[in-house]
Amino acid sequence: MQRRVFLKSGALALVTIGLSPRFLRRAALLAETRAAARGKVLICLFQRGAADALNVLVPHGDPYYYALRPSIAIARPARGVDGAAIDLDGFFGLHPALAPLAPLYARGMLAPVHAVGSPSSTRSHFDAQDFMETATPDVKSTHDGWLNRLLAASDATANARLASATHPAALRGVALAAQAPRAFDGPLPTVALRSLDELRIRANGADASRLEQLYTAAGADLVHGAGAEAFEAIRALRAADPDQYTAANGAEYPSSEFGRRLRQIAQLVKADVGMEIAFADVGGWDTHVNQGAATGQLASRLDDFARSIAALVTDLGDRMDDVVILTMSEFGRMARENGNRGTDHGHAGALFLIGGQVKGGKVYGRWPGLAAEQLYEGRDLALTTDFRSVFAEVATRHMGASRLDAVLPGYTAPEAAWLGAVRS
Amino acid sequence: MGAFKSLENFSALANGCTPLSSHVSDMRIRGIALGFLSITVGACSAASRAVPLPSPAAVAARDLTEEEQARHALDRLAFGPRPGEVERIRNTGVDRWIAMQLDPEDLRDDEGERIAAALPLASARPENALDGLRNVSQADTVARRAARQRAAEVSRQLQVARVARAVASERQLQEVLVDFWANHFSVFAGKGPVRLYVAQYEQEAIRPHILGHFRDLLGAVAHSPAMLVYLDNWRSAADSQHPTLAGTVVRRGRRGIVRQPRAPRRPRGLNENYARELLELHTLGVDGGYTQQDVIEVARAFTGWTIAAPQAGGGFVFRPAMHDAGEKTVLGTHVRAGGGESDGERVLDLLARHPATARLVAMKLVQRLVSDDPPPALVDRVAAVYTRTDGDLREVVRAIVTSPEFFSRAAYRSKVKSPLELVASGMRAVGAPADPTPRAARMVAQLGQPLYGHRDPNGWPERSSEWLSAGSVVSRINFGVALAGRAALGDSLRLALESPDFQRR
Repeated sequence: MQRRVFLKSGALALVTIGLSPRFLRRAALLAETRAAARGKVLICLFQRGAADALNVLVPHGDPYYYALRPSIAIARPARGVDGAAIDLDGFFGLHPALAPLAPLYARGMLAPVHAVGSPSSTRSHFDAQDFMETATPDVKSTHDGWLNRLLAASDATANARLASATHPAALRGVALAAQAPRAFDGPLPTVALRSLDELRIRANGADASRLEQLYTAAGADLVHGAGAEAFEAIRALRAADPDQYTAANGAEYPSSEFGRRLRQIAQLVKADVGMEIAFADVGGWDTHVNQGAATGQLASRLDDFARSIAALVTDLGDRMDDVVILTMSEFGRMARENGNRGTDHGHAGALFLIGGQVKGGKVYGRWPGLAAEQLYEGRDLALTTDFRSVFAEVATRHMGASRLDAVLPGYTAPEAAWLGAVRS
Repeated sequence: MGAFKSLENFSALANGCTPLSSHVSDMRIRGIALGFLSITVGACSAASRAVPLPSPAAVAARDLTEEEQARHALDRLAFGPRPGEVERIRNTGVDRWIAMQLDPEDLRDDEGERIAAALPLASARPENALDGLRNVSQADTVARRAARQRAAEVSRQLQVARVARAVASERQLQEVLVDFWANHFSVFAGKGPVRLYVAQYEQEAIRPHILGHFRDLLGAVAHSPAMLVYLDNWRSAADSQHPTLAGTVVRRGRRGIVRQPRAPRRPRGLNENYARELLELHTLGVDGGYTQQDVIEVARAFTGWTIAAPQAGGGFVFRPAMHDAGEKTVLGTHVRAGGGESDGERVLDLLARHPATARLVAMKLVQRLVSDDPPPALVDRVAAVYTRTDGDLREVVRAIVTSPEFFSRAAYRSKVKSPLELVASGMRAVGAPADPTPRAARMVAQLGQPLYGHRDPNGWPERSSEWLSAGSVVSRINFGVALAGRAALGDSLRLALESPDFQRR
């Protein structure tokens, strides 16, 4: 089991040569109180299928927006008008279904970023998702995901490793998703689950420990690797019973799959099992036909999305000081609506940063405009912010990664080019 | 926990198979004796014909022992061995068995026929599936609800039949390849009226062509209402900058025959969805060398390929008034203006003969049948066979499964089973009959692979390692434990079902 060997020798290396004064201070704090053991947490939410950024974060101040989208545009903000955009800064507005997120903007916890995305010109969902999850646009040979590299490089790692008895390695990264995300690929162990309920062995005690031995015994193959991680997670989560969980502060999650997943992420954050990175994905954004406007297909996806995130933020309460939620989608969609009141694949998109240490209440990114000559290849929103600058900021300022080149290989833009949307 | 309840059910299923639905309870499985008989019969008929077999030298050079070869063939070209089957195939001769599997139409398949008879909607055409909806008034909500339920029953029976055939059909390689191609040309039954068409899709677009020429398979898929609806092509029409073939329509009025321009129920414009996935997923592959402009040109070529009355199960129809009649250039090839329906055929010809398509088909089949990391030399050879035979899929598959790489130590047991493979192989291992109830199909879905339930057009992963995660491995262990809980099983079989090896093929 190469992954685990890597982990153990890595931890050893840290203990023997990684004792910087700052590190020691943290270690001392860790020993003092349980509260101090709370590390930073990054929650990545991937909207698979390419969300239509121009109807998510509506440029109602751009004169061309309404001409490009005669049947699907979101109306200009206006008091008393149903289905109008929720104004943010006089130029941009939120889709009305994102109303649950509006208070976060008002409280300065939500920072929307526009015209952001991958510099790659691909309009393939699958390539674009890979590029975003490996954080190496147009490089197909990258074998690991950026979140696995972030786990390896983040300073928060040191916290978790010191407290490794209560913080099993595999739970440092947890994906609530049907398939392990590409972003988690790499040498460090992580866990991918559709639901926490999956982690139950249906056998009596003696049989269960025999199975544990079978599936964790030495053997450098995939089955044993997954088995070892599973049983480690089962032990750590024995106390955290998903059936017994009650959300705090009156948070109400939608009963959707996405809502359930975010609820379980909140549960993991609060269980203090050493989770540093959580990942969840949500589909249904590929709106080629009848995407709707203020109501309809996209609106109902956004409703679920916003209510789930709002519930997560409410549920986590003060813990949001240690948490950043980062949303993303592989690309945006065509500026002009297509022949079926929908939108085909486009280029730049939008994302949200949410957290206590996010400098929210402001829309970030330079707006490239929607005039014909301003569009990318004459059809799509142009890109003004490389998604890697946002990743870089979150990785260093929030997660404390010291070697950015290890997290984002090939990304060399200076810190001055970052948006400055996250406090360190 | 719903999931675990049905795990408990599962041992009941494997034990005695008490069917849930009474209308299929007459389906009793004759089982292994008959299966054996048909293999023996098949062997005789195959022996009397010239079967193409690999040379003795090639056979002698294989890494694997004879027993391993038989087991490997059953793991990869079938859904795992039934009790005693490894020995039976050794007796038949593994190469002869493979040759017979490559000619499934010559194999007697009583079980397959029984399954078809017990699950009639699994092969129903949509108009039959919708029988109940005909002549039902809008106001009759009870009748309409019943009709909708019947439509839902179509995709349910299709899933049940797929799993049942994987367990019990004698034409095992055929079932493996149906699974492969239905996944290569993945459609999502949950998208609008696709549910109505999915049984017809498998029966008419996929099954008849899996060992035929790729061009025929591609064409059948392109014309299928399931794909036309799933990837939106049925709504794609010429945009306002291009002429259509609308012309005039002839109407009979009171003053005799009147010619008038077709009513300007103007189709609204191009939809690129099918065109892009046709290039990226069905044929050339994402690195196949096409551009955004090619996507647009292909989409233009397919405008007018649509269906009649989607909510009522209508079939393929070409509508000239939606078709972009202008000239096109696809992958550097000029397509003359006014080609109509033949534009799309022309594009399919181009794509099916393209070297990038040969490589993609070779690569994906090798990935499914041989290794997660396809040996490049094998992919090259298989792609060459594709090109030489004009995409004859029987010869393409034969080239793969008779190769030294297929019988190599590196390939042996190197793949992780998909949920369908896990469930079907488990049921075969314990000698369970085909299950005419939804339980086995539901188990496949719970383990993460609802058939015709993949939302995105890329299908389930061919890289089998993607099926394993900390969560899925626990569910998979639980499945094996539930299956092993049958009282009647011997110790060695019970332990085998619980072991990590059972997760692999």
